Amino acid sequence: SQEFPDPFAVDFPHVGYDLDGRRIYKPLRSRDELDLFLEKMENPEYWRTVQDRQTGADVRLSEEQLELVQRLQRGQFGDVNFDPYEPSVDFFSHEVRIHPVTNRPADKRSFIPSLVEKEKVSKLVHAIKMGWIQPRKPKENVPTFYDLWAQEDPNSILGRHKMHVPAPKIPLPGHEESYNPPPEFLLSPEEKLAWEQQDPSERRLGFIPQKFRSLRAVPAYSRFIHERFERCLDLYLCPRQRKMRVNVDPEDLIPKLPRPRDLQPFPTTQALVRISGNIHLELMEFWDFGKQGRGSDDGSVRLWEVSSGRCLRSLTLGAVVRSVAWNPNPSICLLAVALEEQVLLVNPGLGDRLLVAATDQLLDSWEAPEEERVQPVRWIPASPEERAKGIRLLVQHDKPVTQVTWHAKGDYWASVVRNPGGRQVLIHQSSRRWSQDPFRKSPGMIQCVQFHPLRPYFLVASQRSVRIYNLLRQELTKKLQSNCQWISSMAVHPGGDNVICGSYDSKLAWFDLDLSTRPYRLLRHHRRALRSVAFHRRYPLFASGSDDGTVIVCHGMVYSDLLQNPLLVPLKVLKGHAPALDLGVLDVAFHPHQPWLFSSGADGTVRLYT
Amino acid sequence: MGGLEKKKYERGAATNYITRNRARKKLQLSLPDFRRLCILKGIYPHEPKHKKKVNKGSTAPRTFYLLKDIKFLLHEPIVNKFREYKVFVRKLRKAYGKSEWGTVERLKDNKPTYKLDHIVKERYPTFIDALRDLDDALSMCFLFSTFPRTGKCHVQTIQLCRRLAVEFQNYVIASRSLRKVFLSIKGIYYQAEVLGQPITWITPYAFAHDHPTDVDYRVMATFTEFYTTLLGFVNFRLYQSLNLVYPPKIDSQAEDELKPAEGKEYAMDSESYLEKLSGLSASLARAVAPTHEDEVEMDEFPVEGETAELMDAKKKEQEALEKHKKLFEGLRFFLNREVPREPLAFVIRCFGGQVSWDKSLCIGATYEATDPSITHHIIDRPHLDKQVVGRYYLQPQWVFDSVNAKLCLPVADYFPGVLLPPHLSPFVTEKEGDYVPPEKLKLLALQRGENPGAGYEESEEEEEEEEEEEEEGDNDKEEEEDESEKEEEMKLQKMEEQKTQSTQSNKVTAGKVRVEDKQRLEQEQQSEEKRLAIMMMKKREKYLYKKIMFGKKRKIREANKLAEKRKAHDAALKEQKKKKKKARQA
Repeated sequence: SQEFPDPFAVDFPHVGYDLDGRRIYKPLRSRDELDLFLEKMENPEYWRTVQDRQTGADVRLSEEQLELVQRLQRGQFGDVNFDPYEPSVDFFSHEVRIHPVTNRPADKRSFIPSLVEKEKVSKLVHAIKMGWIQPRKPKENVPTFYDLWAQEDPNSILGRHKMHVPAPKIPLPGHEESYNPPPEFLLSPEEKLAWEQQDPSERRLGFIPQKFRSLRAVPAYSRFIHERFERCLDLYLCPRQRKMRVNVDPEDLIPKLPRPRDLQPFPTTQALVRISGNIHLELMEFWDFGKQGRGSDDGSVRLWEVSSGRCLRSLTLGAVVRSVAWNPNPSICLLAVALEEQVLLVNPGLGDRLLVAATDQLLDSWEAPEEERVQPVRWIPASPEERAKGIRLLVQHDKPVTQVTWHAKGDYWASVVRNPGGRQVLIHQSSRRWSQDPFRKSPGMIQCVQFHPLRPYFLVASQRSVRIYNLLRQELTKKLQSNCQWISSMAVHPGGDNVICGSYDSKLAWFDLDLSTRPYRLLRHHRRALRSVAFHRRYPLFASGSDDGTVIVCHGMVYSDLLQNPLLVPLKVLKGHAPALDLGVLDVAFHPHQPWLFSSGADGTVRLYT
Repeated sequence: MGGLEKKKYERGAATNYITRNRARKKLQLSLPDFRRLCILKGIYPHEPKHKKKVNKGSTAPRTFYLLKDIKFLLHEPIVNKFREYKVFVRKLRKAYGKSEWGTVERLKDNKPTYKLDHIVKERYPTFIDALRDLDDALSMCFLFSTFPRTGKCHVQTIQLCRRLAVEFQNYVIASRSLRKVFLSIKGIYYQAEVLGQPITWITPYAFAHDHPTDVDYRVMATFTEFYTTLLGFVNFRLYQSLNLVYPPKIDSQAEDELKPAEGKEYAMDSESYLEKLSGLSASLARAVAPTHEDEVEMDEFPVEGETAELMDAKKKEQEALEKHKKLFEGLRFFLNREVPREPLAFVIRCFGGQVSWDKSLCIGATYEATDPSITHHIIDRPHLDKQVVGRYYLQPQWVFDSVNAKLCLPVADYFPGVLLPPHLSPFVTEKEGDYVPPEKLKLLALQRGENPGAGYEESEEEEEEEEEEEEEGDNDKEEEEDESEKEEEMKLQKMEEQKTQSTQSNKVTAGKVRVEDKQRLEQEQQSEEKRLAIMMMKKREKYLYKKIMFGKKRKIREANKLAEKRKAHDAALKEQKKKKKKARQA
């Protein structure tokens, strides 16, 4: 029979051909995995059964064959009888024999010098002569050191390098790094926990202090290589910058100011407290004769005599009083009260009878003009009952009035109306019962207005700036930028060249009108919003009241010398008002003659500081 | 209007700086090469004052180098060597690929190398500059010398580091310039004063390193490459300054002593030389025979007033220093085998002591444990069975504490098995307001010469403590008495005042006299003035002031916290002691 050579036999179903050319088929193998498994389990000879790849038949290995396989597996020779360690027989050995091993005569070339070699050598010699080949330099494994700084040159390259910033040295270790630190340097369990929870970059100590009983017990520090590596990284990767270390005594930073004691008089102690129940908003205004008017939330205006502390008059008006203002003219006794949408001109009937009469006369002397002018407000004469109360005139606005303020002469007055976007400021003349709107265009949200005490200026504080208008020439003269977010109040220095503005972002801006339109000084004394500011008429004092419940009195000396800037010195922090409803001091006012200060607060008290 | 339009970022700060990538392109180097060059040349990024201006309006985080620095690198000969090396690597790879072993051999023989001598000279124009910057170099060399000779870096580097470290240690011994030692949990800090410059380095404890995986050893190796060069030159110069032979040779006399008996040599002379040196027990050979008149005495000039005081102080300091240098002179130490040999031998030898150890521990042992002349036996185990009379058995901390205290401390606290007193850092000098541990106070008292019960024994200790307590109690009482006396006086004064007033106006009922403490009032007023003045500060100054004050307050807070902790700890300790005593009595 003819059989396939092995590699081809695999794929065919037959093994080969018989003499007649018919196929000899492989034994039928239709065993599946299960059969194989069963055979593996049941046939004890399975392990020595091999499939013949040529015939496809299972062959059981005989004992000899098994041994052969095992020998080959062990890396031994297949033949049991082969000895790999036979003693070798030296054919060419050191022993000199009588007869030569080979009898071949020596070549001629073994007697004459080699020509090829000669050529090669001569080439090398030529190359050496020409300097093409040089002897190998001896290798320097060990670096040689010598006196490098024999000639020191302090002005060499890096010495000239002005921008060189030497790396800071690693800080030296403290007690806590010791292997046996004092007990107080060890962390308590809570501190340890806190340390572990901290971010590694935030830790003040890079390790946990530990205590060991003896030096022998100290283990290797696991982060040693890390720390050296980090130092290396710092040295070549960390951007360096020359930082001026401020090495100053903090006491030197405090400005040297004149001592407050030398700047007396100023209010220092609380002399009088008036508790007025549940009144929230209180406003104060002084009249020259030491009388004080006050409006309050409960709809009344009360007039006090400061010297005795007596309530002289009380007017019940029945609505919330927003603002009160005494007429500054000493020959008139008149009070303007802002009440909702009305402004009342009140003659309280205090002081000299002549004065009261003169005031009434002045108001009544008005005669209606021939042709009615269109006015933004209505002037209404008071009814008899109102007149009995002292009210002389009612000026009806169309929106709630927030502020009234008098001109220094006492004839003109201005009112601020809460009317965003529309008409907000009105200037009135009481003798002619005549009102006008000075602005064609609304200059933003107006917070408060003031007449200049000496010159014909009109100051209007909008949300972030103060505009100064010249009333005669009817133009804008200056616009002061306050650098505040929201101005709350404003006061003009009696000298007329300085203005202070309080703001809701707890700043007080002092403007020197001669100097600049920016604040000369921005004082951040209060911690919370400022509600009101005031200048003293005579003394160089100004005060600010804030929501943090304090009133700060400052010395604000203005020099007539133009070259000298105003001197501002805080003098006293007056405490006493307890904040209520997030409000503290609502209004502050100075006595016109004495260095006394009145403040009213949200806690319903009025306090006098002397 | 004539002239060209000025373009932005073509003048000013923007032209002084260059980003890293642009610098790299300018130098035509790969990033690793650029990095290596920066390390070797000591070039580091700068933080510009106005980053946005320099960054041409962008706020992207970039590192900036000074343009001058980079231009300076352009002329560096090493840059060419880097390029040569790159070519060498390429050729070698090719030869390997073609299996041309001859070429490989030849190439390997001609491997381009570079020297860093000129860079050292350039970076440190004067020797003092080099000394000032030696801290990192020493720490790195000492670390590398402890690395295993396999893996992480070249064996030659490690050997060189070891050699240089040993040389430096030998110099410190020879010049006796060690000043402070500190055993921390990280390693041992040493501080030496070389030519007036304090040099501090740290060595790890002698354990196998657990090599971290997130550390780039190539960067460290580059640093070490530079540091070894630097340290070699510094060592040479230092040896020269002491007239010592460099490379160091052991004194011939000492060498004879060290020579082992015939036939017992364990290695060739050339091989064991470094080990002998690292034994640190032998003195070094000098190029010029030492003369004892070597030390220059300071000439005295007639001086007046303050300068005289200054000179006096200086003289005193000098004397103290001389004394400190000879701290262990005449003492003979023996190190037990569990004690870390190298640091102790180094420290003891630095202060003139003689030291030996077990012969099997290390080469260089000069005398045996049984030598009767040994005065101090350093031991770090709780107890020793066979104790020899005539020597102190002490824990190693005694040596370090004594060095830091500049005097031989009383030995009683350091006997084997005794709870050691805390080991304090010598690098801390407490300023006013800082927390000072009580041990430090005690030490300062000792240094001043006050000797609060030195050398008492343990049994007496407790009694003394009790006595102290009693004394303290007495003091308290006295103080209380003082106070009460004062109060009485005050009362009397008040009474008198009242009497005088009552005589003046009979009708007024005796009211309470408000005691106006004038001092307090004054203080209050002053503090208020200060508060008011602070209100008037400018914003920036106020910020600075607040920052400073915050730091100060935090310092005080921390000091208070430490003091409180200590107090609690001491109280707890006392309580325990009392309990023990009671238990003993019962």
